[in-house]
Amino acid sequence: MKKSVFLGTVAFAGLAAAAASAATLDDVKARGTLNCGVTTGVPGFAEPDANGEWQGFDVAVCRAVAAAVLGDATAVTFVPTTGKTRFTSLASGEIDMLARNTTWTFSRDTDLKFDFTGINYYDGQGFMVPAALGVSSATELDGATVCIQTGTTTELNLADYFRVNGMSYEPVPIETGAEAVQQYLAGACDVYTTDRSALAAQRAGFENPADSVILPEVVSKEPLGPLVRHGDSEWFDIVKWTLNALIAAEEYGVTSENVEELAAAPGDNPEVNRLLGTEGELGAMMGLDNEWARRAIAAVGNYGEVFSTNIGEETAIGLSRGLNAQYTEGGLLYSPPFR
Amino acid sequence: MSDTHAQSVAFVRETEIPPAPPPVTETGAVKWVRENLFSGPFNTIMTLLGLYVVYWLLSGLIPWIVNGTWEGSSIRDCREIIGDTGGGCFAVLGERWNQLLFGFEYPSELYWRPTLAFVLLFIAVPQVLFINLPRKLLILTALYPFLAYWLIWGGSLLIPTFALLGLAVGYLAFQRGEHVNFAAGLAAFVVGAAATWWLGGFVTAAFPNLLALEPVESRNMGGFMLNLILGIVCVSLSLPIGILLALGRQSRMPLIKYVCVIFIEFVRGVPLITLLFVANVVLAYFLPPGTNFDLILRVIIMITLFASAYIAEVIRGGLAALPKGQYEAADSLGLDYAQAMQLVILPQALKISIPGIVNVAVGLFKDTTLVSIISMFDLVGMIRGPILSSTDWVGVYWELWAAACVLFFVVCYGISQYSQWLERQLQTDHH
Amino acid sequence: MTIMTDPPRDDGFRLGKLISDTRYRSITFQVITLVLLVLGIGYLISNLLANLADLGQDLSYDFLAAPSGYDINQQPIPYDSQSTHLRATIVGALNTLIVAFLACVTATVLGVIAGVLRLSKNWIISKLMAVYVEAFRNIPVLIWIIIIFTVVANVFPQPRDFRGEEATASPLFGVIAATNRGVYVPRPYFTNGFGLTDEEALSQGATDADAFELAATQGALLDWLVILAVLAGSFFAARAILNWANRTQEATGKRPATFWPTLAVWIVPITLVCWFMGLSWEVPELRGFNFQGGILMRGSLIALWLALSIYTGAFIAENVRAGILAISKGQTEAAAALGLRPRRIMNLVVLPQALRVIIPPLISQYLNITKNSSLAIAVGYMDLTATLGGITLNQTGRAIESILLLMLFYLTISLLISFFMNIYNNSVRLKER
Repeated sequence: MKKSVFLGTVAFAGLAAAAASAATLDDVKARGTLNCGVTTGVPGFAEPDANGEWQGFDVAVCRAVAAAVLGDATAVTFVPTTGKTRFTSLASGEIDMLARNTTWTFSRDTDLKFDFTGINYYDGQGFMVPAALGVSSATELDGATVCIQTGTTTELNLADYFRVNGMSYEPVPIETGAEAVQQYLAGACDVYTTDRSALAAQRAGFENPADSVILPEVVSKEPLGPLVRHGDSEWFDIVKWTLNALIAAEEYGVTSENVEELAAAPGDNPEVNRLLGTEGELGAMMGLDNEWARRAIAAVGNYGEVFSTNIGEETAIGLSRGLNAQYTEGGLLYSPPFR
Repeated sequence: MSDTHAQSVAFVRETEIPPAPPPVTETGAVKWVRENLFSGPFNTIMTLLGLYVVYWLLSGLIPWIVNGTWEGSSIRDCREIIGDTGGGCFAVLGERWNQLLFGFEYPSELYWRPTLAFVLLFIAVPQVLFINLPRKLLILTALYPFLAYWLIWGGSLLIPTFALLGLAVGYLAFQRGEHVNFAAGLAAFVVGAAATWWLGGFVTAAFPNLLALEPVESRNMGGFMLNLILGIVCVSLSLPIGILLALGRQSRMPLIKYVCVIFIEFVRGVPLITLLFVANVVLAYFLPPGTNFDLILRVIIMITLFASAYIAEVIRGGLAALPKGQYEAADSLGLDYAQAMQLVILPQALKISIPGIVNVAVGLFKDTTLVSIISMFDLVGMIRGPILSSTDWVGVYWELWAAACVLFFVVCYGISQYSQWLERQLQTDHH
Repeated sequence: MTIMTDPPRDDGFRLGKLISDTRYRSITFQVITLVLLVLGIGYLISNLLANLADLGQDLSYDFLAAPSGYDINQQPIPYDSQSTHLRATIVGALNTLIVAFLACVTATVLGVIAGVLRLSKNWIISKLMAVYVEAFRNIPVLIWIIIIFTVVANVFPQPRDFRGEEATASPLFGVIAATNRGVYVPRPYFTNGFGLTDEEALSQGATDADAFELAATQGALLDWLVILAVLAGSFFAARAILNWANRTQEATGKRPATFWPTLAVWIVPITLVCWFMGLSWEVPELRGFNFQGGILMRGSLIALWLALSIYTGAFIAENVRAGILAISKGQTEAAAALGLRPRRIMNLVVLPQALRVIIPPLISQYLNITKNSSLAIAVGYMDLTATLGGITLNQTGRAIESILLLMLFYLTISLLISFFMNIYNNSVRLKER
């Protein structure tokens, strides 16, 4: 009652008091929606469409967690964050999790007090140049003008790469991806560098995508993954295992189409049965019901489906699976067992 | 006599010659052109230069507008339609107009609510701006913020009603308490308002859905609407704070004076963008652990503080411009400080300050675009973020920025014209 | 009859007097304010400490000593990615000052011209100026910065357009290359100056690259000091000639010709020094991806500089116009009656008086330029907001420390400017008496 009175007195100012206490799960359940931090717009990864609906690869992770926790994949409030604001938003509790092309690094994990729940995309920083320049390798870029999207690890990787190779360059830091592309297309820089996935996504939108080439060099490891605040292991487990569930589902051939079927008529693969909650009590161990993974997969599909609908080769962005294939197919995706 | 005279002079004209028209070069358009455009070699050169600039501007703009297209659903469609004519791709404006105005997350079926709130603004504001309208209409102005809040944010009508009721009760209590003295009045106001809000909290909790509109979260506000909301809310909130700060800065109590001076000089000394960074990344550290409120509210707080420092300086100018006799006259009538300010000083000082306040308001409204730098999707943020980065519209910046310029120009130019008009009105009052 | 007043009755101190007695009231209020203030600040600080403890963070400026790891394109002082965050901060601060200074100069020129022309009798010119002023005053500066940045990137040719047989662009006068990455202008240097070539440095015991560079830069600095000294000498000599002419005129009634001697005093010494020190020009050349050599004014600097000066110029134009209009018409008419031509009326009668009205708002416009330069972040100009408040903040996560430092810098600048404004205002006021 006390809280309602408080709300009654101050709600007219738009103030919504929300506790960012240790028990994020309880907060999310009480609130009824998941506050998920995303980018302000990277095609294929997180981008509002013409109707204002968020779409994309990172968005799907948010929706999967919402489906697992709340049973409703649409119960997500997407909070757009910039490179500068993302960590403060998460630390202050404005968002419950961050799914925003964020590279898992040592200092972010330890010094900034966050926990990365896994890796949903293995990326690396690359370079895009106009084909007309005739450059075929990043080692030929001595003296080039380089457009960088700021606020990420890109600046540091770029500085290291050029210094190690004894080359000079002229950095042109740009705040948003759209403006970096604009500068690149106008020829105000020779090279545009950011994560290769984003390069591919933005190249897809060019008038003539074939006029630009992405150089073969990958100058950094950029494991991108969702992250949560340090110190709430329960919530950490939920986000981590929701992501693992999507990955495992692909491995075991569970898709959004056959998930209901498999759940209704449990097969003889105990791993699938445990994943879908028809056997064992895995959900209860995390404070959820046993159908959490089933809902997540039904809502967004397994990892492969998420990949192919948002950024896969059939889409305009056209990324191949590469490192992001299952370990059984030569990639790095490997979900720990559901047991 | 007349005869002889008539003989000696062959012809005498008996009527006046009709006045001849002045030479062609001294009348009408020709004279005007000669005097205003070609009065000397320097002037002639300037005129030709000016004409060239006009030609250059128009030769760029007209084909762009005339050959532009409003059809198509992506830049590729546009390119097909326009071809090489150099026209603009205005289709993006049609396609994304609602996003430019309302942001991309405000539910589209509810657009009528902010629109209605905007229209109602024209009923609430004139009586403030035009001094000769009946004073009773100010009641509408007082009601407006609560109505607009309800329309834009939705939720139960009870919340704004009780907020308003609290203020009303507080005001009544203030009038009672003021008979004792001003401080007692202020205390009565706080107690009255707080009590009403506290009681109201029970009622709203009991009937959460009474007369409720579908609620919309603050973070879903965007587009030009967000600029307008921030501008209007922050200017209105900063007025009373600015008045208090200006009075505080003139106070004879050193502590109060220096607190106000330090606050004003600090806020005026730093760029707004650093205050927005504070709202965005630092403010959360200064709140009790576990609380957290909307970015939009944090931004409103910081912009209000920013604006109030500037408004305080304008009002201080108004206070300083009042002849000292006014203060002394008020004192000699035996008015205490609160009465003197309320009845004698502030009405005059505020009147002098209105043009300055309007200038601050226009400047502030323009500065609301800075929120785009802290990842809020106001008009500029919408263009820089979602629209320009979408694969459909990559590279149509000229059209979008032109639209943004037009929207801002219309509003700001309108307000500044009003300010100039008001300045003239006030000038005649003095003489 | 004498006026009788009641002597103040001293009936001892009552608690109510704290409010009702004017002698105590102000103290009461101040004590209440102080208590509230201390409580408020204490509350905020205790929250801060609690939050930091929760997050396991602390407040410390140690990060300033760590290597920054990123590059900055415009470096007024030597800097590379191994330099510290502190050095990056200083580079950013210098960049802020550079763009603010440049913009103040051009905005003043532009504003004065536009303000005077807006009052011109020439209809087209005055209307054009009105359009300029209104268009720029009523549209946010952020939008102008982005638009001008876009214009710079799209209107100027790319470096590769200068290349090859069928180059579509060519450098202006063969030496100034205006590209969409910036404008390259020739750089003057001295072949015979104090700067040491590598061989000379080697003979003096320099061994590594740093020592060579140090010898070269120190020498170049000395060269420019010599030039500056010569120019200053010319300035004083020219003033001496003017004084001598004035004295001769007062004594004899005839004014000796000063034009040629003054010109000679300005030109001859500097020409001699330049010739002696072997002034040469390093002309930018297209090599590799970019032009090399010469001085580069980057596109981001140009965009920000142009945007700030044009935007603020519109405000200054209005201040200038108001200042001129504030001079009563009688002044202009009196000057006209003396037979002065309109241009001289403006220069000799109106502007000197109008300056007194114009300068205080002008200085607050300078303040605005400095503060608005923090929008550099929108065009990728590496000012203080982009280095300390941008990349450094992002990389270290030290939000509170960085923003505090950022605010302190701007606060210092604006307090300095206000300080000089007050000095100026006081000096003007004294003259009036």
